[in-house]
Amino acid sequence: MTDHALPARHGGDWRYWFGDQRGTLLALAVFIAMFVIYTSNHPAGFSADVVTTAANKGVLLALVAMAQTFVVLTAGIDLSVGFIFILCNCLASHIVLGSAMQTTFGVLGVLAAGLACGALNGAIVIYGRLQPIVATIATGAAFYGIALLLREQPGGDVNEELADFLTNQFPGGIPASAVALLVVVLVIWIPFRKSMLGRVVYAVGSSEPAAYMSGLNIRRAKFIAYALGGLMASIGGLFITFVTYTGEASLTNANTYTLNSIAAVVLGGVSLFGGRGSAVGAIFGALIFRTIGDLLFVFDLDPLWQPLFLGVVLLISVCLGSFRLIRIRNRLDLFG
Amino acid sequence: MTNPLANLPVLRRLDPAVLTAFGCIVLLLLFGAMRNPNFLSPDYLLLQLQVGSFLAMVATGMMLVILLGQIDLSVPWIITVGGMMSTAAVGWGPWGATFAIPIGVLCGLVFGLVNGIGVAYLRVPSMIFTLGINAVAQGFMVLRTGGFAPQDMATESMHDLATGRLLLGIPNPVWVWIAVGVATVFLLRRTVFGRAIYAIGNRETAAYLSGIRTQRVVLAVFAISGALAAFAGALLAGYSTKAYQGMGDPYLLPSIAAVVLGGTSILGGRGTYLGTVAGVILITLLQSILSVEQIPEAYRQLIFGAVIVAMLLLYGRGAKVTA
Repeated sequence: MTDHALPARHGGDWRYWFGDQRGTLLALAVFIAMFVIYTSNHPAGFSADVVTTAANKGVLLALVAMAQTFVVLTAGIDLSVGFIFILCNCLASHIVLGSAMQTTFGVLGVLAAGLACGALNGAIVIYGRLQPIVATIATGAAFYGIALLLREQPGGDVNEELADFLTNQFPGGIPASAVALLVVVLVIWIPFRKSMLGRVVYAVGSSEPAAYMSGLNIRRAKFIAYALGGLMASIGGLFITFVTYTGEASLTNANTYTLNSIAAVVLGGVSLFGGRGSAVGAIFGALIFRTIGDLLFVFDLDPLWQPLFLGVVLLISVCLGSFRLIRIRNRLDLFG
Repeated sequence: MTNPLANLPVLRRLDPAVLTAFGCIVLLLLFGAMRNPNFLSPDYLLLQLQVGSFLAMVATGMMLVILLGQIDLSVPWIITVGGMMSTAAVGWGPWGATFAIPIGVLCGLVFGLVNGIGVAYLRVPSMIFTLGINAVAQGFMVLRTGGFAPQDMATESMHDLATGRLLLGIPNPVWVWIAVGVATVFLLRRTVFGRAIYAIGNRETAAYLSGIRTQRVVLAVFAISGALAAFAGALLAGYSTKAYQGMGDPYLLPSIAAVVLGGTSILGGRGTYLGTVAGVILITLLQSILSVEQIPEAYRQLIFGAVIVAMLLLYGRGAKVTA
């Protein structure tokens, strides 16, 4: 009885680990299958350039989806995540410039801005006790306003050496952006997941009253989850600056990234009800989402079909979870 | 917490949130009048109500969905579907021109029904399913228009419905709003269906055990929301004389904000239509003042966000988790 509260990772309990990671592994399998189809039909084949281009596009959504994961795990939602993303893009196009020293401080400044935006969301949701949906709608509008202040017209510049370093290939044709994403996972996600803090976030997402009654500091955990979400979105904002070399307060981008991040999170097996899933799953969810669009390109479909195709695939994939309904023996379980 | 106004019998029945919302409206009106004396002229106020009535159609559907404890994120492109299909019907001959608006509304109803099937029967969280429907609706419209906005002109009658003043000098959309509002209040307060919506919003299991066919109710509510969004799209197309891609984009977040500022709980089961009316007027006035003051877009967004947070902090706070 003593172990059953512990996450079963010690020898012989692989079954539990597998069950826990099912969503992530499924997303990984789907992504690999799609990516193989994509590259084997690509006119240039499986080349380093093809992979690097795909990685650069995929990493942007992957970072924003990771940001969304932190908040969704607490059973919340962050509809301002795309706005933090473009706010940091606009900020980066101002301050990530100049000498190595200046650039370093610029990057730190952008990260701090993202962290501050996330912390503001957290403060309003947790200490202001507002519902996350509405609170982040409102802060999203405010972040968009600040982004417009920073960049009324698209423009600006970025330290090109750093940008090229992070969007090109390392020796051996390994895309640098994918390595950067791996570093982010190793430095931010894994420590978070292994820490007491991460445990509390999962507990809060599973049942807030139960977590409270267990004496956990639920407010601090939720606050840090929102703040880390902002931090991840700012890394995404930095990256889009490296890819595009400019800053743009694009409302379309902000909305698209917010909505796509929710789709990516769900495709990656993270439960919108909180407490289940991982940011690694969300990364594969984002990569799946991006590959769907690319698949149409290699199959030479009329680009006009792309939005409909994306929508239908998204709809079908979120309906796949409904197969669990077949196994339900008690109708009351429907209402969960 | 006792409501200081509880002694007045008329006010006692009103939700403090609704009262605060109306209080904020009065403050906004006073502020506007101080800046510009024309602000309180009947013409200007009627114009605000006219503009607000488009948001009100969307917010009415959104409120019903939120009362269930769900959310409808497919609103932007269903509005566009409503606008585009009703103007497209004009090209199908005299029969199409006559039934332009019903055809648009019907298309929205179909998308709403699919939303309802996904949420009620497939049990997919509404936040993600309606997002998918939004993408599908967008896909259909992009495909139909060929990626650019053709000259989809509204009919004369659509234009009249959205801009004319048939009765008492009050704009027609305001009459439409009144009709939809009365119907919604009747639905929510005087019908079994309406009470079922509140019951499901409180706890679907309990509603089911009380003999309510909860899945049918959810299905119907999403269908209504789709139809109302499409109707708003048809009105908007009439107002601006044509339908175009992205015409629904500015309506999603304001409609949710209007419902919540009106005191409806985003968790479902609690809220009044009067509150939604207050929320719509509040949002419309706020947007109007910000544009009349000729504040740059950046500050407008900042103020808009800050005001919503501030007002919600006044009265929209949830309960503290204690156990």
